[in-house]
Parts: sequence; structure tokens; C-alpha cells
Amino acid sequence: MGVQYSLAVRSAFSHSAAAGIAHIVASLRTLELVKPMKASKSGFDSRSAIKNLRFRITFLALSTIAARPSEAADTLRTPLNYFLYSYGPAATPVMHLGWLMTALLSAITFIVILLLVIAIVRKRSSADSGMIGAESGGLRWVYIGTGISTFILAGLTVYFLAVLNAVAKPTEAPALTLTVTGYDWWWSIEYEHADPAKRFVTANEIHIPVGRPVLLKLKSADVIHAFWVPVLAGKTQMIPGLVNQKWIQADAPGVYVGQCAQFCGVAHAHMNLEVVAESDQDFEKWQEAQRRTAFPVSEHNEHGYKLFMDRCGGCHAVRGTEAEGLHGPDLTHLNSRGRIAAGLLTNTPDHLMDWITRAQYFKPGARMPSIALSDSEASALASYLSTLN
Amino acid sequence: MSETARVVSQPLPVGSVGKLSGGWWGMIALIVTEASLFGYLLFTYFYLAAQSGQDWPPTGLPGLLIPGINTIILLASSAAFWAGERRIQQGGTRSSIFGFIAAIALGSAFVAIQLLEWKNKTFSINSDLYGSLYFTITGFHLCHVIIGLGVLLLLLAWTMMGYFDHKRHVAITIGGVYWHFVDVVWLFVFSALYLSPYLQRG
Amino acid sequence: MAATDAPQYRIDPPLERIPEMGRIPAGSAIEARLEKIWETAPGWRGWLSTVDHKTIGVRYLVTAFLFLVIGGIEALFLRIQLAGPDMAFLTPEQYNQLFTMHGVTMIFLYALPVLSGFSNYLWPLLLGSRDMAFPRLNALSYWIFLFAGLFMYISFPLGQAPNAGWFNYVPFSGPIYNTGPNIDVFALGMVLLGISTTVGSINFVVTLFRMRAPGMTINRVPILVWGTLTASVANLFAIPAVSLAFFLLWLDRQIGAHFFDVANNGQPLLWQHLFWIFGHPWVYVVVLPAMGIVSDALPTFCRRPLVGYTAVALATMATMLLGFGVWVHHMFATGLPTVALSIFGAASMVISIPSAVAVFAWIATIWLGKPVFKTPFLFFAGFVALFIIGGMSGVMTAAVPLDWQLNETYFIVAHLHYVLLGINVFPVVGAIYYWFPKFTGRMMSEKLGKWSFWTMFIGFNAGFFPMHIAGLLGMPRRIYTYPSRMGWDEVNLITTVGSFIFAVGVLIFLVNVVLSVKRGARAGANPWDAPTLEWAVSSPPPAYNFATIPTIASRHPLWEGRIEGEEEHSRTKLEEGYLLMRGRETLGTSPIDAKPVVILKMPEDSYTPFLVGLFVSLLFVGLLLHSWTFTALMAALSCAALSSWMWPRRKLGQRTTRHGPASAGRGGEGP
Repeated sequence: MGVQYSLAVRSAFSHSAAAGIAHIVASLRTLELVKPMKASKSGFDSRSAIKNLRFRITFLALSTIAARPSEAADTLRTPLNYFLYSYGPAATPVMHLGWLMTALLSAITFIVILLLVIAIVRKRSSADSGMIGAESGGLRWVYIGTGISTFILAGLTVYFLAVLNAVAKPTEAPALTLTVTGYDWWWSIEYEHADPAKRFVTANEIHIPVGRPVLLKLKSADVIHAFWVPVLAGKTQMIPGLVNQKWIQADAPGVYVGQCAQFCGVAHAHMNLEVVAESDQDFEKWQEAQRRTAFPVSEHNEHGYKLFMDRCGGCHAVRGTEAEGLHGPDLTHLNSRGRIAAGLLTNTPDHLMDWITRAQYFKPGARMPSIALSDSEASALASYLSTLN
Repeated sequence: MSETARVVSQPLPVGSVGKLSGGWWGMIALIVTEASLFGYLLFTYFYLAAQSGQDWPPTGLPGLLIPGINTIILLASSAAFWAGERRIQQGGTRSSIFGFIAAIALGSAFVAIQLLEWKNKTFSINSDLYGSLYFTITGFHLCHVIIGLGVLLLLLAWTMMGYFDHKRHVAITIGGVYWHFVDVVWLFVFSALYLSPYLQRG
Repeated sequence: MAATDAPQYRIDPPLERIPEMGRIPAGSAIEARLEKIWETAPGWRGWLSTVDHKTIGVRYLVTAFLFLVIGGIEALFLRIQLAGPDMAFLTPEQYNQLFTMHGVTMIFLYALPVLSGFSNYLWPLLLGSRDMAFPRLNALSYWIFLFAGLFMYISFPLGQAPNAGWFNYVPFSGPIYNTGPNIDVFALGMVLLGISTTVGSINFVVTLFRMRAPGMTINRVPILVWGTLTASVANLFAIPAVSLAFFLLWLDRQIGAHFFDVANNGQPLLWQHLFWIFGHPWVYVVVLPAMGIVSDALPTFCRRPLVGYTAVALATMATMLLGFGVWVHHMFATGLPTVALSIFGAASMVISIPSAVAVFAWIATIWLGKPVFKTPFLFFAGFVALFIIGGMSGVMTAAVPLDWQLNETYFIVAHLHYVLLGINVFPVVGAIYYWFPKFTGRMMSEKLGKWSFWTMFIGFNAGFFPMHIAGLLGMPRRIYTYPSRMGWDEVNLITTVGSFIFAVGVLIFLVNVVLSVKRGARAGANPWDAPTLEWAVSSPPPAYNFATIPTIASRHPLWEGRIEGEEEHSRTKLEEGYLLMRGRETLGTSPIDAKPVVILKMPEDSYTPFLVGLFVSLLFVGLLLHSWTFTALMAALSCAALSSWMWPRRKLGQRTTRHGPASAGRGGEGP
């Protein structure tokens, strides 16, 4: 319900110029549990204060029960907003924990600050001002205040331990195991399979089947990164020399955005990835396509192919060709991806050539150099790259 | 809360007298923080050893004979210093000098043997992880021994110049407790670097 | 007086004597003599050689505020860059260096040093003593702090400042991924600063146990003293962890050691353990003394003593004790086993309980008192509000699975600024308003004071509260820019505007300081009618602090006889006390019940602390430059200076010669 409420607010404003501000207001409202009646023309009919109170209580109660968002993940205005959105069993209990803690702790903050304000402004008898108040007394404040705090903290501890257990492991065996390796500043993804011929490598875009737990083995090739797709699960560091495990599951098809969450150097801000959740059939189709090596080069593309081998093949691999570089993303099926440069740009032919010729402009400090190409070279390379489907 | 300290009618000691001196308290505080430092060094050692997943130490079990003898030498140095300090307390300033000289000689012998031990190692601080650990930990300790020897030399000089007597020798007490600390720490370092591999291998 | 002792102690300074009691009227010849004993030489000589805790305290404060301004300007640069999406005001490398130096400056060069400044200035005055236990060590601590601060900035003008964040995770900060002098500057600078913090902490610990006026029993010391004591003891245990970590990193980088080298079985996680074993207690180190400031100063404006003195003192120590057991909550996302996470998460919840004790004690103090709305009160009351918000967001991060989301986002940035600005900066600024008359003899402007408070308070909340939202919207920390598609544009703009408003508030405060130093209204000894001992002496206090060592009878020496329901007890004696004036002397007392046990001889002014500080700092410069001869030379000079420091001195009651009545002649006993 909480989500639906905020969606109502969001939709009311989403096309207006004040959309951004409205969104903050909406987030603030949800955070502080301010009564929703003012803004909720579409959602709730609240005439009386009692009804409002009842709403707030049910809000608290319902927020701990599963809420299924209706909005598609890839249209989120705030794609990393884990506070209002979650799309899988590794994230949803945590989101509810967040709601409960925010509501409860905001209420406590409000009450205690209110006490502080009353303590400051309350009227006092204007007795002898030269006299100093007695030292004793007031301890009841400390006892009661600390007692209640302890009680609440104990409750929260029990709750978060339960959530921790709930999200620590998937309830069923993982359908798929992937190895995700963090590089400066992109992600390599390796799909395991019992049959070595069916293993393949891709980059920056993870495909998973909807509704199935996926086990991730997290590694790093250089410094510490952190794998984080907020609406699917919390973050886990990728530490060189160690293999950390985590699992994700998406319950709705869509594109889920992730971002490196551990400071890893100069292009840390530009290290995104996407998780594409799709039906079993679509996923299988995608896997089949990814397993293929690149199409043989047509005569028309000989020039571009040669350029690629000269300029790109040292770092990038295209399976089925002599390009076997391991320093950059595998480009065998480059055009199957939605974005390039670890999420920085959408994958259009123009963006691709912009990226190749001006990588350092878009992503300063990236390992990818800006490559000087003449016009004819550029079109030849573009033509070859367009074959990497 | 109603009690007020009474006016003093007994004479109070003046200046750096015995364990009332600030210096003594300061030294205890310094030892606390130094002990923590060695604690973290040994934590580092055991953490990395446990995580390495290989036989530890990778260069094979360390020989115990020379380091064992060296340990006894260092403990003997502590004992010699202790004897010297005791002589001063009893008024034997002159004979205490022999205790201090013995302590310094034994301490120097420890340093020399330790350097020899270093020289005989087949690895170095930058050859592998164990080398880094071994030389850093023993190096930290050796630095402390050398500083301790400097302190002992100062104390010896001051004793010979007649600055101490049976009533006034707090510097000896303070310097001494540092020296004893350095020696005790060696027992922990020795146990970790030399003895624990034997225990782990059964 | 020396003459009467001379025949009895012909060879050595006297080993014992009965201290005389008496009064020293203001303006008397005997007071002038005391002044002469304790005064510092004028000019640069006194400037380099003084060991007066008040001078050192003020130096700490001024230096720390300079670093605060530098760190603040760095923060404003960061905020300009983040004001909108895809901004190119700073390059990523500039941004990384600036946020690293912002953190390093604020956390290491401002937050603790500013509190050390207050404690250095106030401790002897609060405790009824004439100086800290080790005045020369105190001077050394300041000089090394200053040099370490400069050291950490030496590569800044070269565009080579540290750039790996204040917690400097390996392997990014290691030799492969971060070449250049930046991380070495940081590593060696931290080890150097660690020396300063360690000797400073030793000084506080020993001062507490040795230097309290008679009758200042352990249950009468002000809460600020408890806070600084707790922080200092914690430093003794925590500083070695970080110094070691940085030293090992330096060995990895410069000598080729393998502690964090993954290719040779080194462990990046070792860094995180060592750093946070230090780092978490450090958070309490930089807030507990500030909380102590509030616990001591707030009651003055509430016209009643603090509610629950014992509870607050115990809570202070309990916080620190627990603080050593929660470092893993900075490492929840490192893949540690669930059981370990559960334990550390639960412990992190428990640590909120002592904070609750303090919060309710403060609120009760205000509630039951009669608040006087002076500027310091506003800052202290504002602090309580910010403390509550910062504490609550802290509870959220203790919940392990939620922390997996919150960790490394702007939610944490918001939380840590509520904690560090709320619990450190607000009390500190309030404390400047409060003790400024004591430091300078002049009051600060109330009008500007109120302007500064409201501007700072509103700017702070406008700037930092939206960071919570940015965090919940998924904005990671330490990104130099963000695309518009993430939906973080508006919160960031608001934050930037708020941070500039906050900066204006700080500026008003600084203007107030500058104006008031010259033109503020004259303050008497006790302008706030405060209860504690520092207000018993003139403003500013004389070099010797107390003409006679007072005898203390309660927690509120200056409120005695005016407290409602006060039991009859003997009164604190401020006028009449121990006359200690055969050279620089003060009284040493027993650790718990503060009975006089020794007459302490205090050192004269000396250049050695400056020289030792200088040589040790140059030694680190030598290490940085790989100039081993220079390093060895500086080590030798440091040892020489230290030997001269330790050399027995007659004036310290030490024996300096074996024979001869001649020595009695140049005895340092009398003036």
C-alpha cells in the first residue's frame, strides 16, 4: 500500500515541470509518515481524522507485508531507489525492514525532539533567579527513556536478525551460477555450464530468468569494487583474492540498474551495469545467441575487421576471431547490449563511434584510450562493429 | 560528597620520587600502547598465516637452537638489570653499575645474534609474505631493544655520574620497566614466530 | 625559604617537606613572585619554548580551526561539482583528492585536535592544578600535530594529494594502483600524527590520575574530563592499529613487502580490520569529549546541575568499551559469515543505549532547569536535536541487511555528518562562545552569535538532511558526478545550497571571533555564573592558574550554598590553600580520592619539545624522500634532543651531582 500511495503521488506530478521536487516531497512523506490525505486525490478517501489515524496504523502493518509494485523497473525515475522499490525476495524483506525502521525511528525522533522543544519553551514559575536547582531528581527521565529505548532496540534486533536469515540464502537451489568480476571500471560476466562448450563471457549486462534465484560469485581483477543492484539485493564487496557469494532474483521482467558502490578510483562514478530479467524462453534464446562465436567477416568488412584487430584486439576479445584481449569487455555480441561503456551511454551506432574516438572525454581516466580515426577508418570500423550482433 | 581532604601535616615527598612520579605513570601508559602495537602485529601474523592456505611457515620450520639461546640471553639481561636496580635500592650504587653493564652487554649480544640470525635467513622482507612478516615483527622488536639499550646506556652514565642513590633512582625504575617490557614482548614474538609453527604441525 | 632548607639538604634537593598553607592576596609581592616563576619569556623565544597548557590549548584550537576552514572550503568545491548532473567543474582526479583531503582534514586534523585544544586549556583549570602532568610532552604533542598536518598537505600543491578516501582501502592505495607520492604522504603523515595523539593521550591519562586538586575525588571531576579520559585511554589501544596499518602499507609500497599484496597471499581485508579496529573507537574519540563539553556547560544555562552525573559518566565509558567491539559494522558488505554479522549487528544496536542515557539526561536537565537563552545554550540545545537524528540513522545502519543497502551511499554521508558536525562542530562552536571570555577576557557578540547559530543550524539541516534522501534513492558516495537519469538532481542542488548557507553561518561565527577579540565587552572572572573551577580564576587566567592550590568539596565549587536542597557540607576553599612556590610546583594527589601525596616539580620552558618535534618530523620527510642518510641523521638528533630532555635537573628535584656544598649554591629551589 505504501508503494501504491507514493505511486499515486508520483503519477499526479510525473509530467509536470515540478516532477523532481514532487518526488522529493513524496519520498519525504513516505519517510516521515506524514498523513497522505492531502495529496491523495486518487488513492484514499479520508474525511475524518480517525480514518486517517487508521490509515497510518494500517500503513505500518501493511508495509511489512509484501507489496508488489506495478511499475516496470526500467521506467523508474530513480532506478536505484531501493527504499520504495524492490523486485525480488532478496530485497523485499529488507525494504520492509527499512520502512518499519524509518517509520518507527522517525516517530521516536519526532517525539524526543518534541520533548526537547517543550523542555526549552515550557513556562516556569518566576521564582528567585539567584537560586540553583537541586542536583537530585530527573533520574526518572533517564530510567524511563533508556528503558523504552532498550526495549525498542531489542525488538528491532530480533526483527533484523529474522530479515538477515530470510535474505541470507535463497529458498530453492539457484537455477544459474554466474561469476561476476569487477575491473577498472567495468564488469565481466561469465556464465558457467557443466559443458565447457556452453560457457561464455559477456560484459556489463547480466541476463537472468525471471523468478529464479541466481547465484553470483563475485571476484575482482584489480581493486575492491562492490556489486550492487539495489532493487534486487544489497551490496557485496568484490575483493581481490577472495570469492564472495551472493544471490539475486527478479520477480518481474525488466531492466534493473546497478552501480559499483565501493570507491575504486578515477572512473568509479561511471561503473554501472544492468540486469535484464526475462522469461525462460527469452533467456534461453539469449543464452543460445551469446554462446555463438562471431559471424565470419564479409568481404565488405575486411578493412574494418583489420582495423579492429590492429587497434582493439589487444584489449578486447571477439570470440571466433584473433581478437583475444582480456583487458576490456568481450565484444562478441556487442550489439545485443542496451548500453556501452559500463552504462554510460545508450548503445547506438553514433554513441559507439563517439565513445571509441572520445572515450577519455566521456569517461576521464578510463583504461580505454580515445582512438584517433580518419573518417574512412571510422566508417569502416563502424561497419564491422555493426556485425557484432 | 561532603568530605573535604584534610590539611596535610605530614611531610610530602618532593619531585620525582618512586612510583609516585608522573614518569612512572607515563611509562605504564606507554607500555599499554606499545603492548597493543605488538598485539596488532601478532594479530596480523596469525591472520595472514590462517588465510594463506599453505603450510606455515612456507620456508619450513624455523630452527630453535640459536633463537632459544638468544631468548635466554635477553631474559638474563633483564635479570642483570633487576639485580642492579636492587643494589641501588640497598645503597650499593657502585656495585649496581656492574649489573647495568652486564644488562647492556647481554642486550647487545642479543642484538648481534639476532642480526646474525637475520643474515642466515634464506628469505628477505620483500621475497614473500612470510619474509615480510618475519622481518617486520622481529624488526619492530629489534628497534625496541636498540632504543632500550640507549636508555640503559643513559641510565648507566647517570649512575656513574652519581645521580642516583638509594632514595632517588626513579629513572632506573622507569627505564627498567621498559627494558623488562621489551624482554617480555620477545617471549610473545618468540612463541608466535618460532614455537607456534611446531604446535600447528603437531 | 630555600635558605632554611639549605643546611639540612646540602647535597641534594630536599626529598620531602610539609607544604605550607596560606593566602596570596591579589597584587601582593608574593603574587608577583609566583608570576615570575611561571611566566614565559617574551618574543620568539617564549613562543618556541613555552610549555604553558593554556598557550598550547589555544594553539591547538587556532590550528584546528584553520584546518576546519581548509576542509570546509574543500567541501564547498565538492558541492559545486555535485550541484547538478554531469558537471565538469572538477576533474575526477581533483574530486577524489579533494574529498580525500576533506575527510582526512576534518577527521584527523580538526575533530580531535580541536577537542585536545579545549582539554589542554581547561583540564588543569577544571581540576585545580597548575599544569598538565607533562607540560613538555604537551608542547611536543602540539608541534608534531602541526608538522604532521603540514606534512599531509605537502603534496597537495603538486596536484598529488592522497586520493583513496580517508579509509584508504588497499589494493587501490597500494603500489600497483596508486603510484606517486600521495599515499606515502598520507601513510607517513598518519604515523607521525599518531605519535602526537599518543603522547597527548598519555598526558591526559596521567594528568587525571595525578594532578587533581585535593578533594577533587573521582566522582567530582567534570564530565568533559571523563570524556577526554575515555577518549585518551581508547587512543592508547586504538592508535597502534592504524599506525601499524599505514606503516605496513608504506612497507608494501616502498620496500616491496607483501602484507596487502594479493599476488603473494596478502589480504586486502587485513587493512579493513586494522583500520576499523581503530576507526570505530575513533568515532567515539571525536565525540565523547564534545558530549562532555555539553554535559558541563549546558547546566550553567539551565541554572541547575546535570541530571544523572554518575549515569552519564558511566555511559561515556560504556560507549567506548562497546565501541571496541563493533568495528565489523563497517565491513558488513565484505562477505563475512552470517553469524559474525549477527553478533556485530546486535552489538551495534546495544551501543545506542548509553547514548540514550546521555540524551535523556540532557533533556531532563533542560526540562527541570530554567534555561537562559544565550548563544552557547542554543548551540548545545541544537546539538541535542542533531544528536538524536544522527543516532537514529545510526541505528538503521546497525541492522545488517538494511546496511547492505545503506552502506556506501549518501545515507551514510548524511549520518556521519549529523554525527560529526552535530556532535563535534556544534558543541565546539558553542564551547567557543562559552569559554571565549575565559580565553580572552572579552565576551563575544550575542547578536552575531544568534545569527551564526540560526544560519548554521538551518544551513546544516538544509544541506545534510536531503543527503539521507539521496542515499535512499541509491546515490553512492564518492562519485564525482552522476547522470540525470538517476533522479538525484534536485536533492543534490538543495544540499549544495544548504552547505553554502552553513558556510555563511561559520563565517559569521569567525567574524564574531575576530571582532570580539579586539572589541568585545570586558568579561569578569565568571560572566555566566558557572559552577566549575575554571571560573574561579581571572579571565584570562594567570600563568600559574591558581595562586594557592584549592581544596574542593563538591562538584559545583562556585554554586555551593546556593543549590536547593543542598546538604550541609564543608565548603570548597579557593582563597586559602597550598602555597607551592619553590620553583614551578604543583600538588600531586591520589588517583581515586584525591588526597595530597606528593609535591610535583614542574619543568621550566624548554626548546627541546620543539626540537624533538622538528627532528622527528624531518625524519619522516627523510623516509618520504628515501634519503636514508638524512633519516639516520634526524634519528640521531632526535635521540640527542630526547637525552637532553631526560637529563636529570636540579629544578625538577633530581639529583645532579654526587658531592659538594657548592651545588647547593646554584640550587634551583628558591626563585
